[in-house]
Amino acid sequence: MSGASLKIRNLRRDFGDKRVLQDVDLDVAPGQFISLIGASGVGKSTLLKIIAGLDAPTSGSIRIGEPGEKPEVRMMFQEDRLLPWRSILGNVTIGTKGREAEGREMLAAVGLEGREDEFPSVLSGGQKQRAALARALLHKPDVLLLDEPFGALDALTRASMQQLLSKLLNEAPRTVVLVTHDVEEALLLSDRVIVMRSGRIALDLALEGSRPRARGDANLARLKEELVQSLLLDEGQTQPGVQEQVALRPLEAAE
Amino acid sequence: MSSVTETLPSSSLNSWQSRAGSQSFKAVFSRFIPWILPAILILAWHWAAATGVLDRNVLPGPVDVVNVAISLIQRGQLQHHLLVSLRRVAIGFSIGAAFGLGIGILVGLSSTARQVVDLTMQMIRTVPHLALVPLMIFWFGIGEEPRVLLVALGVVFSVYINTVSGIRSVDPKLIEMGRSYGLSEIQLIWSVILPGALQQILTGIRYALGVAWLTLVVAETIASREGLGFLVQDARELLRLDVIVLVIAIYAIAGWLADFLTRKLEARLLNWHPSYGEGARRS
Repeated sequence: MSGASLKIRNLRRDFGDKRVLQDVDLDVAPGQFISLIGASGVGKSTLLKIIAGLDAPTSGSIRIGEPGEKPEVRMMFQEDRLLPWRSILGNVTIGTKGREAEGREMLAAVGLEGREDEFPSVLSGGQKQRAALARALLHKPDVLLLDEPFGALDALTRASMQQLLSKLLNEAPRTVVLVTHDVEEALLLSDRVIVMRSGRIALDLALEGSRPRARGDANLARLKEELVQSLLLDEGQTQPGVQEQVALRPLEAAE
Repeated sequence: MSSVTETLPSSSLNSWQSRAGSQSFKAVFSRFIPWILPAILILAWHWAAATGVLDRNVLPGPVDVVNVAISLIQRGQLQHHLLVSLRRVAIGFSIGAAFGLGIGILVGLSSTARQVVDLTMQMIRTVPHLALVPLMIFWFGIGEEPRVLLVALGVVFSVYINTVSGIRSVDPKLIEMGRSYGLSEIQLIWSVILPGALQQILTGIRYALGVAWLTLVVAETIASREGLGFLVQDARELLRLDVIVLVIAIYAIAGWLADFLTRKLEARLLNWHPSYGEGARRS
């Protein structure tokens, strides 16, 4: 299976008097990579938590996979959230049984070969996030949720993590929902960019061309600028004319 | 030119070797540093007793204390009373720690249990448990039960409080991670919550061991026929100062030993922690 579909209808989430999400309709095809972007507090992370089953909607419906399927959903967080008292391998294999060998392979795939028996405290921030990625992928999730997974990393480490994620997803495609503050990251990695504003989906932008994409692409640079401008808009202001279908050059074509 | 390049490595090698030598000497020396002050104090004590500065009827010297220890061991008394006391501490501590840990885990995990139990526990905690000595004697007489129960009572609260606050201080983000990775509640408690609370639970246990010894001293001085407390009461009546000092020294050594063992246990159980285990000892 290369990922599960995602169907969200008329979703609303209130925290007391505060309406965090409203009128959210979203369809994601199996294997599609979508990014949720938007300013802080627009409900991106809440939407992600609802998809993960860590939070429940006030009203509306959400369906993952087709009826009868039992898709696995796994989440990777901004913090590594590794258990400090478990070895790296013990962390990666959490919630699984008898999959040490697979865990070792997965650690090798993220470049942490030979670190299996060490404790998280001796790893660098980037290495910890690699271990967290290995942990999420070991479960072979149908839907992979990423909550600003590279937000706390330095630019260089972030770029290498983005490449690693793209490579692993090309080898084994899954449905991915990425929440990010980084517009460029969203444009480089995803098939679709969804801009959220005050709890609603404000813009749904489909990107053409295979991913990951070349950083230097002119279309990408222009689109990034437009999206950043639209994110800076206040509520009630009109949308700028962002095209809803954009072709971007893939990385292979650029190099 | 060539002579410089030839002599440089050997001289730098020498200095490196001597530095390594002084480092290992330092490592050995630093292990003895904590023992220097006690050694000096005992020597000073011995000197004062030997020269008569210190009257034997005020405080007997260390040689007297060692002598009386040897004669008590030869008569089989010291080990008997020591074992009786150790048994009381062990049983009382086990009961108290088991209850403190059990109720603490329950209250730490369940907010319902916390609402039901916590206020009561906090109220009972404020009563000095040694104030219950007369009540205990009234209820249980002067047998083993009141002594063991007093020790248990002294232990239960410090274990309870530290277990509850240890569990409540576990990072909720780790618990959320555990849930999202499909851990059952039992697995969550076993592999996320308890390991996260362990450091503070161990702190509570270490403190409780101190309380247990303290309680034992008091509990054994009341109408006792066995144990270190009896030995010291008996000695007071017979004006045997050397025995009194001996028992006090045994309390000190036992307290230190208990602390030492819990530290070892901490280093073992918390070997993942940067402040404990191998890494901590090296730095």
